Amino acid sequence: MKKGISWLAAALLTTALAAPALAEDTIKIGVQGAHSGDLASYGVPSLNAAKLVIEEANAKGGVLGKKIELVAQDDQCKPELATNAATKLISDGVAAVMGPICSGPTNAALPMFESAKLISISPTATTPALTLEGKHPYFLRTVAHDNAQAELTSGYIKDVIKAKKVAYLHDNGEYGKGFATQNRNILEKAGIETVLFEAVTPDAVDFSSVVRKLRRAKADVLVFGGYQPTASKLVQQMRRDRVDTPLMGPDGVKDETFLKMTGKDSEGVLASYPKDTSSLDMYKKAREAHVKQFGTEPGFGFYNAYAAMQAILKAIETSGGTDTAKLLEALKSNEVDTPLGKLSFNKSGDAAGLGLSVYVVKDGKFVETDHTITLH
Amino acid sequence: MDVQYFIELFFSGLTRGSIYALIALGYTLVYGIIELINFAHGEIYMLGAFTALLVAGVLGIMGFPAGGILVVAALAAIIWSAAYGFTLEKVAYKPLRGAPRLSPLISAIGMSIFLQNYVLLAQTSEYLPFPRLLPDMEFLDYIDNIMGPSDFLILVCSMLAMVALTIFIRYTKMGKAMRATAQNRKMALLLGINADRIISLTFIVGSSLAALGGVLIASHMGQVNFSIGFLAGLKAFTAAVLGGIGSIPGAVVGGLVLGIAESFTTGYLSGNYEDALAFALLIFILIFRPDGILGKAKVQKV
Repeated sequence: MKKGISWLAAALLTTALAAPALAEDTIKIGVQGAHSGDLASYGVPSLNAAKLVIEEANAKGGVLGKKIELVAQDDQCKPELATNAATKLISDGVAAVMGPICSGPTNAALPMFESAKLISISPTATTPALTLEGKHPYFLRTVAHDNAQAELTSGYIKDVIKAKKVAYLHDNGEYGKGFATQNRNILEKAGIETVLFEAVTPDAVDFSSVVRKLRRAKADVLVFGGYQPTASKLVQQMRRDRVDTPLMGPDGVKDETFLKMTGKDSEGVLASYPKDTSSLDMYKKAREAHVKQFGTEPGFGFYNAYAAMQAILKAIETSGGTDTAKLLEALKSNEVDTPLGKLSFNKSGDAAGLGLSVYVVKDGKFVETDHTITLH
Repeated sequence: MDVQYFIELFFSGLTRGSIYALIALGYTLVYGIIELINFAHGEIYMLGAFTALLVAGVLGIMGFPAGGILVVAALAAIIWSAAYGFTLEKVAYKPLRGAPRLSPLISAIGMSIFLQNYVLLAQTSEYLPFPRLLPDMEFLDYIDNIMGPSDFLILVCSMLAMVALTIFIRYTKMGKAMRATAQNRKMALLLGINADRIISLTFIVGSSLAALGGVLIASHMGQVNFSIGFLAGLKAFTAAVLGGIGSIPGAVVGGLVLGIAESFTTGYLSGNYEDALAFALLIFILIFRPDGILGKAKVQKV
């Protein structure tokens, strides 16, 4: 036993001594997110993206002549683990962080990254306040925040549907209520009447009362804020009660399961979702690399993470080092060619160049319409 | 006042209320016999829905007609859930029969959490689509603003189940034994009634009703998930207390009152207050009429 401990100590000592020597010729990039636990499916694709981008860069001889080293920290999408993960990344001396994945952990980890003056780019955290409140100067993201969706969908309601009366239902969650409220704010300013604005209980055994209220409100369109399970129950109840008001939802509704649940009832349902960029060369390249290496199609947030990683490496290259102020400057002034199109970052830290489109269900599939916005 | 709208909301509340009533009966039956709030009852409802989904899936692949599948799936769900209810009592409550009243209550909450997580792990955390098995009922076409096929089915099935239960309790030997055990377990034992068997029977009957509710709601809402039992169970519990826990007509009245009150709240006020109202009603009843609408005030024995 004693022997075992001394061996362990010796091993630790060697790695401790070896670490500074390695630091000379590598640049460490942190990746934080859910790599295990029940939300792992949200974080693992990002980790894969980071591996692929780094591998490719190293195969070309690294960045600025140095190899890139990936330092992964698992936060399981839990805020209480996120601070720990962030501390470890900081003490490991990473140059920048790609992540965290979920909005909660991002909120928890950001103060630590701030005090260490460390740049973090989240591929998937969509809570608007993270960038819009201007509290986090070193935080960036390669995903559209939730308010951008409302800008897109309200435009569609105003210009394409030309609605006069709009009803809003939401699930009382931050995401769903936010989407409904944002749409209402924009549409009311444009003089479009709100005939109904209220919450539904996602787990209620029956939605017929609210649907009957909706029928009486005679809205031209229903804006629904929430996720797919509630939306599918609502749509089924609406069609059963012969209410054919079109439903407009956020990206939480555009999901294969939604189509499976609702069958024919889903015809004509509208939802916002990132623009389809699958025809871009960079997209095809990233996808092929993933299929080749991992044998499966990429999962949630893969392309956003791929773009974030590319942006970090490019910024290190153009700024000639890992100085945070210079990196930030480089990130905000240069465009990067990513699977999601040509991206740069605006003042608040959101990715300019990301596109969002309205999708409509036609013959049991979500089809992209030509109603699109590009963030700047 | 818009009469048409009023009637629409009323029927909407009736549908929802009859489901609450079906589940509430399970709470009330068990409470009547062993004075235990069976908090795992909502999970039995969920298990019923899941069983029906699995059976319907298998039968669907084998190409049975939709109406037949629904009947077979419902029967399978009832039998399976009844078995769960029976086992639940043997595992979690029977060993605690002589223990202080708090112990079986904690055990019930534990079983509720266990069953939810068991389904989560053994099945999935996803929402699963429940197949559409209801035939179009053409005679409903001219009142389809008021009720659709599934609302109709829910009303008819729950009414039939309640009538059957009443007949069972009133006119059969076993029902008589149940009533006797509820009134005074010791006396019933002295008269040769096997109280353990009666308690098991109560769990079986209550679980069957919950399973029926689960199947009806799953085919009504078109989806199933491991967490659906929680809110439904809580609402039904509220309904049981509202009507007077331990009283069978009370559970039915409580369920319907709660369902209709919720429906009117959504319809005339706002959906935001639907749940708030249900639980405010519960607090109100507990303060001003602790024994519920139809409950009898009991003399506390010291």
